[in-house]
This record gives sequence, C-alpha cells and structure tokens, in this order.
Amino acid sequence: MYHNAKELLALIGDSGKSIADIVIENEMEISEISREAIMDELQRRYDIMYKACHDGLETAVISISGLTGGTGKQMWDFIKSGKGIQDLTTQKGIAYALSCSEVNASMGLIVAAPTAGACGILPGTLIAVAEKLQSSKEDILKALATAAGIGQLITKNATVSGAEGGCQAECGAAASMAAAAITQLCGGTPEQCFEAAAIAIKNIMGLVCDPVAGLVEMPCTKRNASGVGNAILSCDLAMAGITSHIPFDEVVDAMFRVGKALPSTLRETALGGIAVTPTGMALKEKIFGNGGCSGNCSSCGGCH
Amino acid sequence: MNISMFDILGPVMIGPSSSHTAGAQRIGKAMYMISGKEEIAKVDFYLHGSFSHTLSGHGTDRALVAGLMGMDASDARIRNSLQIAKERGIEVSFQPEDLGDVHPNTVKVIATTKSGKTYSMIGSSVGGGEVEIVEINGTKAKSSGKFPTIIVTHIDRLGVISKISSILAHYEVNIVTMSNSREKKGSTATTMIETDHEIPLSVKEELEELDYIHQVVLVEKFA
Repeated sequence: MYHNAKELLALIGDSGKSIADIVIENEMEISEISREAIMDELQRRYDIMYKACHDGLETAVISISGLTGGTGKQMWDFIKSGKGIQDLTTQKGIAYALSCSEVNASMGLIVAAPTAGACGILPGTLIAVAEKLQSSKEDILKALATAAGIGQLITKNATVSGAEGGCQAECGAAASMAAAAITQLCGGTPEQCFEAAAIAIKNIMGLVCDPVAGLVEMPCTKRNASGVGNAILSCDLAMAGITSHIPFDEVVDAMFRVGKALPSTLRETALGGIAVTPTGMALKEKIFGNGGCSGNCSSCGGCH
Repeated sequence: MNISMFDILGPVMIGPSSSHTAGAQRIGKAMYMISGKEEIAKVDFYLHGSFSHTLSGHGTDRALVAGLMGMDASDARIRNSLQIAKERGIEVSFQPEDLGDVHPNTVKVIATTKSGKTYSMIGSSVGGGEVEIVEINGTKAKSSGKFPTIIVTHIDRLGVISKISSILAHYEVNIVTMSNSREKKGSTATTMIETDHEIPLSVKEELEELDYIHQVVLVEKFA
C-alpha cells in the first residue's frame, strides 16, 4: 500500500519494477479487475485522448461560447512552415494540447486528466514524445499508468481542483503527471520520474485560476500549451541527473498550502486575475449580456 | 492507495467542465433514476450560484437535460439534448434561484412524469464530476450516486429500520452506508441506505405493504 512517493519507492525497492507496475498492481486489488482489463481500459482512454489531440489540427475547432478556438490549427500550420524555435517534439506536443483543450471547450469528447480544464497537457506531451521515441503501445500505456499514479498522490495529499488550489493544482498536476510519464518513457528511473514530477509543480507553484467569464477557455487553452513545455523541460532536467532538492511529497504538500493561502478571487471564481481586466470584463459582458447572468443570485457575487 | 487510476484519467466526458458539465449530467441522471426512468413531461431547473452564472457557457443546461433523459457523461448527444428534449415533448425551463446556504454549484430539479407523478431533488456538483444529492422529495438526503440507494420515508416507530434491513438481507442486498433522520420524536423520519447490490423492485413492494411507511424510492447508481 502506498500513500505518498516515499512509500511507493519503498514498494519498488530493488525489484526493478516501474511506478506503473505498482500502480497497476494496486488497481487490480482495489477495483478487483485483471491486468488485461486495466490495459484495455487504458487503451480505450488513450484512443479518446489521441483523437481529441488531432481533431483540432487540420480544422479550426471553436468553443461553444464562440469566444475562442482555432489555435490548434494555427500552431499546426506554423509547425508545417518550419519557422518555429522550439524542437519539433515540443511544438507538436503544444499543438496536440491546444487541439485537445479546444475539443473540450467545444463540448467534444475528452478524458479529464486529471481535470477537463487541464485535459490537453498529459496526452499532448505523451503523444509527441512517444512519436519521437517510437515507443511501443505497451510502453505508452504504462506511461499513462505512471501519470495516473502521480495524479493519485496529488489528489490524496493535496488537491487537483482549481476551486480549491488554483491553476497550480490543475495544470500543475497535469504537467507533473506528464513529466513523470515521459521520464519513464525516456528510460528514467522511478526516482527520476518523481524528480521530474516535483520540478514541474515547483515551476508553476502559486499559479492562479482566473478564467475569463468563468469559462474553461481563457487562459486555460494556453496554459495547456504551457504545461507541455513545463513537462518536457522537467523531464530533460531529471534525465540530465538534476534533482529537485525538495522531494516530491514535500512539494505536493507545499502546493496544497499555497493553494489554501490563495484568496478565493484567484480560485476559479472569475473574480480576479485576467478575468477582471477591462478586456476580460468586456468579454464576459459579451457572453452574459443577454441574460446568461441573472444578476440576482446573491451567493455568486460575480455580477457587476 | 484507494483512489482508482481511472478516476484520475477520467471521467471520459463531453467538455468543457468536469463540475459544470459532467457534474450537471450526473445530477440530471439522478432525477432520471429517482423518477424511475419514466418519460418526463415537464421539468423545471432552479439554478443556484455559479450554476446559474455559467449556464449555457459550460453547457450546464444541455448536460442537465441530457442526464434527465438518461444519457451518460460521454454521450455526444449532450450537445443536442435541448433539441432532443423538445422532440420528445419534454417541457424544460431554467430559472435562477437563491437556494440558501448550499454549495455554489447547486440546482433544484422538479420533474413531472407523463403519468402525472411529480418528483423533486436538490443536487450539488462538488468538483471533478463528483456530485452529492442533498434533498429528495423534500427530505434531506446524502447520496453520491456511486451505489444503488433506497430512501424510505416513514413514521419514527420502534422496529421500522430493523424491518427495512431484514427485508434487504432477505434479498441478499448488502448495506454499505445507512443514515436516518427525523423531524422530531414520533414524527416523519427518513432512512437512506446505500447498497453493494442492485435493489430488487420486490423490496420496494414489500416495504410499501408495511405499516408506518409513507414512501419508498429506489435510486439506481448514477455515477
């Protein structure tokens, strides 16, 4: 049984197992299902992720509010032009994450990972890196299991809810999960996976959740892109042998305490950050000007 | 670790928000179960706080109605659910309402079936697609929808709860959680039981035969 990274690493010991192996064994026990059934379900979810990461590349996908969309296609077109500065893997990961995030905002089918708002980071990163490494299906699915393990620990010991911990809890958790997943895919040790996961959270410690008009669009779509960059750089640092210094468990605990310390205006209420800039407020007016916001709901406080 | 990896890599859902879309679908689905999956003629949604605020922007309206018609969180028809409801002749209304001291994402649902029965419930979407039903037919409740549930409204009399549990045992239905509340001694009480197994209709029928029982509602798991 594990409740934190320290216990999970102790379970691995010198068995040569990966984080994924332990997470899958745990799932077999708590859900009373076979390893084969787990791998089948991971495959099913990966296929949905893969589709969401591609549907917005050749066609512009627009959100149901009509406010945003088409950035996945813009990035994909830019990649084809060959003018980008980042390496191709990061660029593609970003395009995939944008696509997935836009499919979500258009009421398309996605896999929350760990949330819907941050759903592009893990699949975008994983698909791009797996393409570069030409990873096997089995290795990709095991990387997903490792990501799930990181998400379990963050959920258990902190939170993955933006309303509770800010964006650091959602996009931070997603980048942390993605960093560990690709570190494993790159052949990193379980310790290195946790270093990458810890570094990814530290990189965006304190990030606030400030959605314009309360919608999962601005700044969420671009934060999904940014999460890919964060995950890939954290992986490279860990693979270079650079450590976090502050262990994963302590970083998660710190993230939780920082989240609690954030004022509620910066935790998914759309009452702070970019949501209350003049442009943010004007966009909100554009959406809710026609009665979407009733203006008489005292508990909301979002009316102006 | 008692959290499933598929709760982390999931739910598989129609976007854009786990709390405002997937959670809303589950609340709608709860009413679908509470009303015994009957065709609905008319439904009124009273939206509190943030639910009323981002109603159409997050597809909360479509998700609530989709759930009410029995659709799952991953059902692509959620996008067209308002149209589908119209075609099925379901009269739908949404209105903002201050429901008092409840979770910011809360909705009260009043539904009338085509056979003329009316049901009400209040549900909250508490994050990540998880929901809590806090009131059913005017009585306090507490259900996450993860287990089949039986809600019995009865008179507060000695032995009623024991009768309920022995009937469940007779049908080999194992109890997971059990809660009981009453207005005051000897008045109306509510017993709510979550179970491991599906609850057969005969449990409801046998209970309804008993003295002191006002109402029995079976709710299939909806999350």
